[in-house]
Amino acid sequence: MSDVEDRVRKIVVEHLGVDEDKVTDNASFIDDLGADSLDTVELVMAFEEEFGIEIPDDAAETIQTFGDAVKFIKDAQ
Amino acid sequence: MFDLTGKTALVTGASGGIGGAIARALHGAGATVVLSGTREAPLEELAKELGDRAHALPCDLSDAQAVDGLPKRVTEVAGALDILVNNAGVTRDQLFMRMTDDDWNTVLNVNLTAAMRLSKASVRGMMKSRWGRIVNITSVVGTMGNPGQANYAAAKAGLVGMSKSIAYEVATRGITVNCVAPGFIETAMTDKLNDDQKSGTLAQIPMGRMGTSDEIAAAVLYLASPEAAYVTGTVLHVNGGMAMV
Repeated sequence: MSDVEDRVRKIVVEHLGVDEDKVTDNASFIDDLGADSLDTVELVMAFEEEFGIEIPDDAAETIQTFGDAVKFIKDAQ
Repeated sequence: MFDLTGKTALVTGASGGIGGAIARALHGAGATVVLSGTREAPLEELAKELGDRAHALPCDLSDAQAVDGLPKRVTEVAGALDILVNNAGVTRDQLFMRMTDDDWNTVLNVNLTAAMRLSKASVRGMMKSRWGRIVNITSVVGTMGNPGQANYAAAKAGLVGMSKSIAYEVATRGITVNCVAPGFIETAMTDKLNDDQKSGTLAQIPMGRMGTSDEIAAAVLYLASPEAAYVTGTVLHVNGGMAMV
């Protein structure tokens, strides 16, 4: 498990209040983890801050799952 | 009551009568205030008068880039941005049949679009801190209409719709979005009316007098306060009974 995955998972768990083992690669923030659309905006903001990157709005819309987020952040770094 | 110690407020149009009164009221309740406006000298003067916890940040609200960057400048000088008061407004009165695109665009840009940009850039930090207040200064004209002010009335009514929509979206994050709608207030803007216009106006006001900037500021102070946490998406009319809506 990579460092990026750990850090993203920590943010998701803290923000959405879900169990760590629920946060799998294919877990959709909205469908599986109970996020609403505003939560997804906040998650993206938290990722930007944690990793010091900028996630443009059109890219943010493609980040639907935990795996999407990890992949995007790894590519952006 | 109404203790804003530890909060930072940005007031646009703070060089004007109502904006200055709002800044004084928030500052008096303990907030750090950042004064914005186009005219630097009166902003600096007011900041100096208020002393501690007051900063002047001039900004041209018709310049989209400058507006987008303003909330960040506020957090740089004051550490945070908890309360946003979109007060700045301009008028370009003209009979609708003669109203130019420029008259329309100028008023919409400054009164409505700048408020949208500032709100957008401010909400981010407010969401993170789970506390925020946006107070938009509209006008009785946005509800009643006024001859010669199709542009101004449209912008002010637009602010109300925008405020309510944002209020919905951010309600769960401890952020409230409200409007204060002044009626006729003694300011430089209403000083321009001639005596006939003034007496005509007063006849429509049950209280028979114009309001003061301080009476607007008091309404803003309430909506910005922790006590108003359950009030969102509303328009507080301060107009001496001129429009009971």
